[in-house]
Amino acid sequence: MNSLIVRRILRGDVGAAARLMRDLDDELPSARSALKELYARAGRAHVVGITGSPGAGKSTLADKLVEAARKGGKSVGVVAVDPTSPFSGGAVLGDRIRMQRHTADPGVFIRSLAARGSLGGLSRSVFDTVTVLDAMGKDLIILETAGVGQDGVKVAGAAHTVLVVLSPGQGDDIQALKAGILEIGDIYVVNKCDRKDSEQLTRSLGLALEGTSPRDGWTPPIIKTAAVLGRGTRELVDVINEHRSTLVRAGAWERRSLNMARTAFMELLETGLRGFINEECERGKDCRKIFGDLAARKTDPYSAAKTTLRKLLSKSPPPPSFKKRGCPPFSKACPPVPRRRGRRGI
Amino acid sequence: MNSKKRKIRVLIAKPGLDGHDRGAKVVVRALRDAGMEVIYTGIRQTPEAIAGAAVQEGVDFVGLSCLSGAHNHLFTKVVKLLRAKGARGVTVFAGGIIPASDIPGLKKAGVKAIFPPGTPTRDIAQWLRAAAKHL
Repeated sequence: MNSLIVRRILRGDVGAAARLMRDLDDELPSARSALKELYARAGRAHVVGITGSPGAGKSTLADKLVEAARKGGKSVGVVAVDPTSPFSGGAVLGDRIRMQRHTADPGVFIRSLAARGSLGGLSRSVFDTVTVLDAMGKDLIILETAGVGQDGVKVAGAAHTVLVVLSPGQGDDIQALKAGILEIGDIYVVNKCDRKDSEQLTRSLGLALEGTSPRDGWTPPIIKTAAVLGRGTRELVDVINEHRSTLVRAGAWERRSLNMARTAFMELLETGLRGFINEECERGKDCRKIFGDLAARKTDPYSAAKTTLRKLLSKSPPPPSFKKRGCPPFSKACPPVPRRRGRRGI
Repeated sequence: MNSKKRKIRVLIAKPGLDGHDRGAKVVVRALRDAGMEVIYTGIRQTPEAIAGAAVQEGVDFVGLSCLSGAHNHLFTKVVKLLRAKGARGVTVFAGGIIPASDIPGLKKAGVKAIFPPGTPTRDIAQWLRAAAKHL
């Protein structure tokens, strides 16, 4: 049955792809086997990440990039993430508003995702959604993060080319010196460059980036744009393409792809382990006892964590969080998992 | 299947030449607070763009708001386009200035519920939740 869905998706069936993305977002085990087939077909698209603070102009820039790519005859997928409410679990996904004019274009597939508790501006399902779009044959995939602060660096492991978008009026030159988001850009975009104070931002950004050693044969440039007015966006597109060819020339394309695969894999591993630990701790009385011991200062966090970790890792897989949902995400189609005895390391 | 895990996804859109989106935004916010993922596409949308967005976003519901008087034409068109695109699982509901006499016709055309001005937003969220039971 899955391969029917897969066949429809590979044929470009938007509805089927959208439903699978939904199932993946909702973590349905059935969707994972479909993803497995698609994963083998993916890996060709150029993934461009756009990150920056809320209101910097990420969506508007994405809209212009879509326009340019379409003019160049490329098919485009857009994955736009917005934050989930930590209180209600709901979300307002509004990135699409800026790109809505492309909806009727069959060469463009725009998908909004809610972060669903993931930090760093991405959602857990971002990687899966990109895989589906990639397998559908999209040449360019734009990955727009939720508005991030200073340490939303996760996108660096999810894209070949990372655009960091800044806009004027967000603080002095010390802000530009800080660690985090201002280290991950392959291209820095000073948007809203029609505003007077944008010159100062460009200058302090330039100073902050000065002396940055080139990575993969590439020194991150600063591009000035006014996305709403369409100013500078053509140059930006040229620079993005240039980055791509530089990566390919330097043999760094594969390295980036490997890094992206690694990020997605580690993310899954961490999620699985976290779920396992949470469940074990919720069920077991051990943890409650540990909390008590800690509060009473009978032990310290490091020793307690070390002992507990050792104990957890000696338990036989599969982790219960996977078992409940059907099968672990990295298993074949739910084979019986052999019981293992004895202590096991990772 | 697994209904507790599924997050309800809703697209709220304003078809046609009508810039009054206060009501739509109030609904967007209320549904967000009810724990749903709400995609808002903004004002002055064509029925084609709305149906296309609904398919790409894989939503359960499309909520249409119209205060201009063109609801009969626009709402019906959205329902038809959704069907044409094979999005049969998508339920359409609506709000705005809709004369009571137009409601039976709209319901017959496939708009499953119409929430006139003065509807408590809680009622809308409750209706959506009940209608999403089968998911």
